[in-house]
Amino acid sequence: MRSFKLDWLILPLLGILLVLGGWQAVSGRKAARKDAEGKVVSEERVGLIPALPSVVETWQASRIYILEPFAKRGEMDQGIARFTWYSLLLVAKGYGLALLIGTPIGFLLGLSKVFTKTFDPIIQILRPVSPLAWLPLGLVLFLDAGKEAGTLGALFTIAICSMWPTVLNTAVGVRAIPQDYLNVARVLKLSRTKTLFKVLIPATLPYMFTGFRLSLGIAWLVIVAAEMLTGRPGVGGFLWQEYNALVYEHIILSIITIGLVGFILDRLMSLIEARFKSI
Amino acid sequence: MSDYCQLSGLTKTYPTPRGPAVIVKDFNLNIRKGEFISLIGHSGCGKSTVLSMLAGLSEPSGGGIILAGKELAGPGPDRGVVFQSPCLLPWMTAFENVMLGVDQVFFTASREERAQIATYYLTVVGLGDSLHKRPSELSQGMRQRVGIARAFALKPKMLLLDEPFGMLDSLTRYELQQVLIELWRRNRITALMVTHDVDEALFLSDRIVCMTDGPAAEVGEVIEVDFPRPRERKAVMEHPDYYKLREELIQFLEVRAHRKGTAAPPPPSASASPPAVRRRAPADIEAPMNPA
Repeated sequence: MRSFKLDWLILPLLGILLVLGGWQAVSGRKAARKDAEGKVVSEERVGLIPALPSVVETWQASRIYILEPFAKRGEMDQGIARFTWYSLLLVAKGYGLALLIGTPIGFLLGLSKVFTKTFDPIIQILRPVSPLAWLPLGLVLFLDAGKEAGTLGALFTIAICSMWPTVLNTAVGVRAIPQDYLNVARVLKLSRTKTLFKVLIPATLPYMFTGFRLSLGIAWLVIVAAEMLTGRPGVGGFLWQEYNALVYEHIILSIITIGLVGFILDRLMSLIEARFKSI
Repeated sequence: MSDYCQLSGLTKTYPTPRGPAVIVKDFNLNIRKGEFISLIGHSGCGKSTVLSMLAGLSEPSGGGIILAGKELAGPGPDRGVVFQSPCLLPWMTAFENVMLGVDQVFFTASREERAQIATYYLTVVGLGDSLHKRPSELSQGMRQRVGIARAFALKPKMLLLDEPFGMLDSLTRYELQQVLIELWRRNRITALMVTHDVDEALFLSDRIVCMTDGPAAEVGEVIEVDFPRPRERKAVMEHPDYYKLREELIQFLEVRAHRKGTAAPPPPSASASPPAVRRRAPADIEAPMNPA
């Protein structure tokens, strides 16, 4: 049991402490410049990276956001959990859209050689395009939507960036269905719909969920870029606003929040994925 | 009714870069209603190809099959297939796997009646306690029992068994042969079984069809097995003719199968390649039917 605890508790904690220590060591701190009589003339930041807030400074500046996570003091001054919630809502919509579009495309790719030959090249070209490149196009597409343009543009960007892992993994999963299962469907003369729902989809589910998990990771990655550029309230929007407001501690707070939430989402999806893989 | 199922001039060729490879050539066989036939031959000789054409999973390149007065076109649940690997869908329970077929065939029956059919056949093969277990919770032998139940539950015109016990240990194989012969005795479904187990063929069949080696495999000899039914393994093995028939079969497989195979004119395109390579071709092509 001791080595078990060492593995999942003590070693990770050690890692975190090491990084925090390194961070503290390179970060800047305030130092007062004094004149001949010992009067403080001005304050300046000294250290290896003077602009980088230290661990302690980050905590002091962030504690109100963490200790009152659901507070709403203003549009861009809310508790960190509240910001996270806004971001998650937007991600959920965009991600849902990605799955709705991506899964059928994946099935078509997996089932039809003609479809694959026709559309695979364009998919391979669109896949590596950065969210930062899609967002302006998204905003332009929904220019007529007025106030909603930002939201719709963000949704478009999240969907189009995050659907590719779902598309490709579903296609691989469909192609990997054992011939045995298809033979059963053929021998029993199952209808197309029955074959799809009783054989193809269940057989592909483990691959689909791998795709879903990777897609969720990307969707969460994109949200930050989307919020930064559209200025919506959310973790990403907060990060960008605080950069402009020169509150660098809050940038770090946002980064840690984004990382933690991303990590939790990935863990949750892994759990669901494992459930389907075990069958 | 004689000649319930007629396979006439059945031929299968596959295109290869070196010209068409002839797997099965001019295969003729008439099967009477209620007869149990075994197709025996060396692995890769094309026996599974014949079965797969009968199942409709593979299109004949020449010749045709008539079953119960109708020419076969494509697969269908009027033929119950038992695959070498049980081919159960792993996300469904044993019951659901059988129901998948039962729902297809008895779509006019009520839900309860269909459930009764599935339960009945699963109970008969000895899985009454494991109806709602998934294949992953069943042993290899139990899975094949589900496969057998699934085939019989369709009340098919014909039963097609593709080396159904090939992947089992010999004790389980004996048990399942007993299960199969018992079910078959009750239902008398015309059956064609592919096997390379001489004793299995002798125990189960009315006739054993020996195939020559591929390429261009055809019917070599047909051996009548008229041990009295219902059969007991012990009685069969103690039957005065048992070892004579067994010897004959092994003789055929060891000597005559090869001789006929080499006597057949080799496919023109393949004549330049060494025989070993030619012999392997059918086995490769047969693979999709026999994923093992």
